[in-house]
Amino acid sequence: MKQSNKNVKIFFGILILLLFVILLENISAFIPGLPMVFDPMSPLFTVLKKAAVYSLVAVSMNLLNGFTGLFSLGQAGFMLLGAYTYAILTVPSNMKDQVYYLFGGCAFKFSFVDLFGMIFGSTGVGGAVSMILGCLLAMILAGCVAGFFAFLIGFPVLRLKSDYLAIATLGFAEILRAIFQWQRLGPVTNGANMIKGFPTFSSFNITAPSGAVILRLSTFVPFLITSICVLIIVLLINSSYGRAFKSIRDDEIAAEAMGIALFKHKMLSFVISSFFAGIGGALFAMYVANAQAKAFTSTMTYEILLIVVIGGIGSVSGSILATFLYVACSEWWLRFLDSELYIGSFKVPLLRNGFRMVVFSIVIMVIVLFFSQGIMGSREIDFSGLFKKKTPIKERKQDQ
Amino acid sequence: MEYIISVLLSGISVGGQYALIAIGYTLVYGILRLINFAHGDVFMVAGLLGIYLTATLPITVSLPLVIILTVLLGFIIERAAYKPLREAPRMSVMISAIGVSYLLQNTATYVTGGQPMTYPTISFLSDTVNLFGTQTKWVVIITPFLVLFLVVCLSLLINRTKVGMAMRAVSKDFETSRLMGIKINSVISVTFIIGSALAAVGSILFFTNYPAITPMSGAMPGLKAFVAAVFGGIGSIPGAVIGAFIIGICETIIKGLPSSWDVSVFSDAFTFALLIVILVFKPQGLFGEAATDKV
Amino acid sequence: MKKIIACLLTGVMALGLVACSSSAPAAGAGDGAAASGGDTIRIGIFEPSTGDSASGGKKEILGMQYANAETPTVEAGGKKYNIELVIADNGSSADKAPSAASELVGKDVSLVLGSYGSGVSMAGGPKFEEAGLAAIGITCTNPNVTAGNDYYFRICFLDNFQADVLANFAMEKFSAKKAYCLGENGNEYDQGLVAFFTQVFEAAGGEVISDSFPTNNSDFTSYLNKAKSEGADVIFTPVSIAYAKQIMEQAASLDIDIPFLGSDTLDDNMVLEATKDTNLKLYVSTFYQEGGSETFDKGIKDYINNDSAAMTANGGNDTISAVTAMGYDAYYVALEAIKAAGSGDKAAIKGAIPSVKWDGVSGSIAFDEVGDAIRDTAYIKTADTSTGTWAFEKVQKGSGN
Repeated sequence: MKQSNKNVKIFFGILILLLFVILLENISAFIPGLPMVFDPMSPLFTVLKKAAVYSLVAVSMNLLNGFTGLFSLGQAGFMLLGAYTYAILTVPSNMKDQVYYLFGGCAFKFSFVDLFGMIFGSTGVGGAVSMILGCLLAMILAGCVAGFFAFLIGFPVLRLKSDYLAIATLGFAEILRAIFQWQRLGPVTNGANMIKGFPTFSSFNITAPSGAVILRLSTFVPFLITSICVLIIVLLINSSYGRAFKSIRDDEIAAEAMGIALFKHKMLSFVISSFFAGIGGALFAMYVANAQAKAFTSTMTYEILLIVVIGGIGSVSGSILATFLYVACSEWWLRFLDSELYIGSFKVPLLRNGFRMVVFSIVIMVIVLFFSQGIMGSREIDFSGLFKKKTPIKERKQDQ
Repeated sequence: MEYIISVLLSGISVGGQYALIAIGYTLVYGILRLINFAHGDVFMVAGLLGIYLTATLPITVSLPLVIILTVLLGFIIERAAYKPLREAPRMSVMISAIGVSYLLQNTATYVTGGQPMTYPTISFLSDTVNLFGTQTKWVVIITPFLVLFLVVCLSLLINRTKVGMAMRAVSKDFETSRLMGIKINSVISVTFIIGSALAAVGSILFFTNYPAITPMSGAMPGLKAFVAAVFGGIGSIPGAVIGAFIIGICETIIKGLPSSWDVSVFSDAFTFALLIVILVFKPQGLFGEAATDKV
Repeated sequence: MKKIIACLLTGVMALGLVACSSSAPAAGAGDGAAASGGDTIRIGIFEPSTGDSASGGKKEILGMQYANAETPTVEAGGKKYNIELVIADNGSSADKAPSAASELVGKDVSLVLGSYGSGVSMAGGPKFEEAGLAAIGITCTNPNVTAGNDYYFRICFLDNFQADVLANFAMEKFSAKKAYCLGENGNEYDQGLVAFFTQVFEAAGGEVISDSFPTNNSDFTSYLNKAKSEGADVIFTPVSIAYAKQIMEQAASLDIDIPFLGSDTLDDNMVLEATKDTNLKLYVSTFYQEGGSETFDKGIKDYINNDSAAMTANGGNDTISAVTAMGYDAYYVALEAIKAAGSGDKAAIKGAIPSVKWDGVSGSIAFDEVGDAIRDTAYIKTADTSTGTWAFEKVQKGSGN
């Protein structure tokens, strides 16, 4: 099969998926009487948005842990950098005093959205263009800031071996969190307070001047950005750089002997992964509609790591699939475990608050122990087979 | 002066408690090369057991029972979550450890209902004493001595007994010691048993001093104890203890610095910064042996 | 083995799906299916029952459940409606809050009550706004909860008011010149109160020393000793319950005789328990003082004592927390709004809330143009260390700025 032909198919596959998402979110407006699930406010869409955001972060972590074999636990730290960069740069100027009310305004007086607003106008189509451009630029910068910090911290820590690297990056994320929460930096980071008021996913809905929504794009936007980023990561993995990453994962010493510059490639993988984690952080800020350092704890990193493991270390499509399952289970399907349930007059035992997370962590342990390959192992879903066939990826280990 | 003494006193007591957890880390890491992320949570569970058991049983019965149950927990965790993965890559075992930690925390949240729990007061240990004009609890004074005593016992165990010799052999070379007829699994179990017992003792001391327990109580002391173990040189018990005391004292000194400097928030961050610096400049720690890569 | 586990897993997932799909249509229909007949109006409760604010959240839910048990129906627009409470756990964290909020939206509630804690309210707020669903905050005291969100209201006072009250109290009662403030790093509640307290206290000529401790910290002796050696006249600790408990226990062992000032979070029987049989002086500002309404006190105590689950939620005894009274009042404010709206229609309720007035057990409640409650008094109470109860100190007004 010709490579270009395959790429076209992948491209169309993604396009169809994106169109489907738009349709799904707007269907209830055209066909009344559909089940509650299709209401744009239903948990379905919250789950889809969160999963889209998390799948980007999971894939970026997989690039590092699964494809390069660098066991890093700093993902939450890089997300934090991305989220804050995005939030600080896009809060509208007239909102800044309200948001930074404890610090008498923000040190950054401008906002990208407003800057573009001066060029394209701030209402109507011009307003939309300036918001999209402003958000896009802020998002790319969010990635760049995260990448830059990864570059700085990479010098010392990338020389460390597996679990030492893990604990050092974990520590780095904790240090970042303490710095961002420091009240002295309040004029920039808003200290302990959350930054809010910046454009979120819902800001991308197309509305009539009256405020009524014409076309909902709030689920489409995270899907679009995640698709683009994941596509770039996949292209990278299939390039010569990707092969170098995999050879480092499989055998560092052999890779070095083959002439692969170890440090350079490790650094490259680390910076790229962090770049996308930064964008993921910006998306996360849009999802929760605020940026606050408190959310980016090591628990978050563990969650993402578990997603990667469930999906299969070394499988991009596995990570994405696992993210959707994980988020849907933890935020939606298993919620019923948290409330008392009566079947007739029989009270189902054990069901009360917190039980959901217990069941959930047992399921995770079962997967880790008995299905250590995860859902996909290191295979990929082949899109060219129109979601049907599961064929091994060409570069799969040829050791058997 | 009084103030300086009080800061040092809390530093020593914090350090002593980290030391007891750090020994568990260093033993397990020395043998399995596994960062046992769940160790801090085992410590938290030991605290909760202490609360639930003393509610129904007299203290003389419940405290030994806490230690026994914690040992059992450590043993079960090893058998259930780490043993099946002995041949798997190191990363899988570490992920399993993270999974166990997640499970213990969530179970604790479920059982306690997310409320902070109060550790019972243990007579004598909880009594206050006046030392150089500073009020403190007896437990603060006892902790360092108890730690020293336990370290001496442990060193004797490792250097003078057959089990200890087996442990040293396994940590030097896993495969060869197996060929020499050492029962790897029982040695590893003994390691986990010792580590958990120390965590249980640590939990009694720690929570007598800081009596509120939440499901997250174990995470931070656990991580810091690990840093202490790395600082002292992983695999070295005296190293872990000295590392723990240094970290405990540094941490309380940072907290005690004048407020106008506004640096007390960085007491945790300092620990991690220290970790990165050590890993980069002296990866074998203070007392550890330099590892060589075999090609 | 693997197959069995796989089957089990599939079973669990399938069960989940069934539960969801079965609850969804029920939510949509909602007519005639309710047990006693008649229509049902659902009120969403957006509260933490896990995470670090769980203790407070549960007590707040308790107040609403009691109110619901007391008045399970409402007459609006000439029709009698049953009220059903739908509880969603926001997990005390901003990343779980949006999905909890959308769960409530998905269950077709008419309005939302909650939450305890401002961070989750701010994270859930946009979801409610988008869904056109009014939310009434109960004890979320951060100014940014209602500012910029037309759909969020609240019945409690704000951080700046509370800090103002406490600063004035410190100066009046103890003629304090030097205050030591301690808050959790990165917690907007703690840091906001400390900042406002500092503003007021320094403006009045006092001196403030403040420190922040890292999350999950357990050793507070260094901070307490520092306060002592600096010669502070009062220690202001607006921290969450678990920390407050830890601080009180350690202060007791250090025998600190400097008075402690606490915010509404410290009004909790877990903190109170820690001060029993000690020499600590603890003063907290709060929304409600036990004894403020005898019928409410008696009713809720009976309710707690007769229900073991309620007893556990309240921390194992029947001391009434202010947040429980606030939850109770919030429920009645919601009923008033439904009455004024004449139906369970979301938009009508949202439109009706600003004009709702209600004389609750915690004082009279009315809303200003931002959606905040108009309140000018807070209760100050002190821990009676010999009996382990709260004693009423005084009603404190702000400095009026």
